[in-house]
Amino acid sequence: MVSNHASDTPPQKEMRKRPFPWLALLPLLAFLTLMGGMGYQLLFGTDPRLLPSALIGDPVPEIALPPLKSDKPGFGPGNFGNEPILVNVFASWCVPCRAEHPLITKLAQDDGVLVYGLNSKDKRQAALDWLSELGDPYTRIGFDPDGRASIEWGVYGYPETFLISPKGEVVYKFVGPITPRIIEDEFMPRIEALREGPVPSGAVGS
Amino acid sequence: MSAVHRILVLCVFLTLLGGPINEISPALAIQPDEVLEDPVLEARARTLSKDIRCLVCQNQSIDDSNADLARDLRLVVRERLVAGDSDDAVKAFLVERYGSYVLLTPPFTAGTVLLWTGPFLLALVGGLSILLWYRRQSRVVTENTPVQLSKKEQDRLAALLSDPGHKK
Repeated sequence: MVSNHASDTPPQKEMRKRPFPWLALLPLLAFLTLMGGMGYQLLFGTDPRLLPSALIGDPVPEIALPPLKSDKPGFGPGNFGNEPILVNVFASWCVPCRAEHPLITKLAQDDGVLVYGLNSKDKRQAALDWLSELGDPYTRIGFDPDGRASIEWGVYGYPETFLISPKGEVVYKFVGPITPRIIEDEFMPRIEALREGPVPSGAVGS
Repeated sequence: MSAVHRILVLCVFLTLLGGPINEISPALAIQPDEVLEDPVLEARARTLSKDIRCLVCQNQSIDDSNADLARDLRLVVRERLVAGDSDDAVKAFLVERYGSYVLLTPPFTAGTVLLWTGPFLLALVGGLSILLWYRRQSRVVTENTPVQLSKKEQDRLAALLSDPGHKK
């Protein structure tokens, strides 16, 4: 009968230890880093589809907009200067524009901010009806039925609201309907800062 | 091939065919009233449009998209071409107003260098890793390959194995 030699004596030599395969952890580490980054963007990041304005830091576009109403002027580059001005892009067919309208009105009437309207890709009568229904807080309204002037302003989503500095430069743009939080966090601080800053002599863009 | 197998193959084939069919007879987003009279300019407009992003439906070009903005931008492209702009000038015109994101091909700048070189770097890292792993595997195999026994050792081994009652 064959006896089992292996069970009689213990191994003479200890098994050589394999070094820890650190390199094998690399894919896991890469994956976790990617997950961390993506998770952060998902939870805390801004919507990547919203683009910052390419006009920030530049003077307002040179194009002059004709009036929408017979009794209220349109606007052009010569109508900016002396104080911060908001340009609100709206249209009667735009549902979120309707939702933000009370806030625009509040900014114009209660907070004393000058707001120009840019009626974009709309029919004149529809826009006039919309304004008589919801109220007209705008100091000036530019009429851009074919949207060509809006392209000069880099408009792609409705509504959009631009903040123009007393020097006639685009300082900030918000795409989408404004909310009280956006007003509080984004617009008012910038407007206050612009109001406190030095006021240049004369209007810009002449 | 079983019937199920055949059906599956047919489905895959049709799916693959769907791609090229779009090129053969695509449903155009461009309207007849947009087309320029000058065919050279129109051809340039179409080529340019394919590289310009529709910002509303952001993964389509303005050539493909049915959105209002896409049509407006197509008209602007043609307007600039008729005015005599070069292809680069037309692109610069749009980038000035919408930013470089409006181009479907991202520019090669300090900000996008990782985007452009990323895949190549990854391929390099992957390739090196495979090389190192393969080298290490060869080394391990060499280390673990048993040493050849000498004739004397072979004889002794045979003797040990064939003798059932032998105690070590």
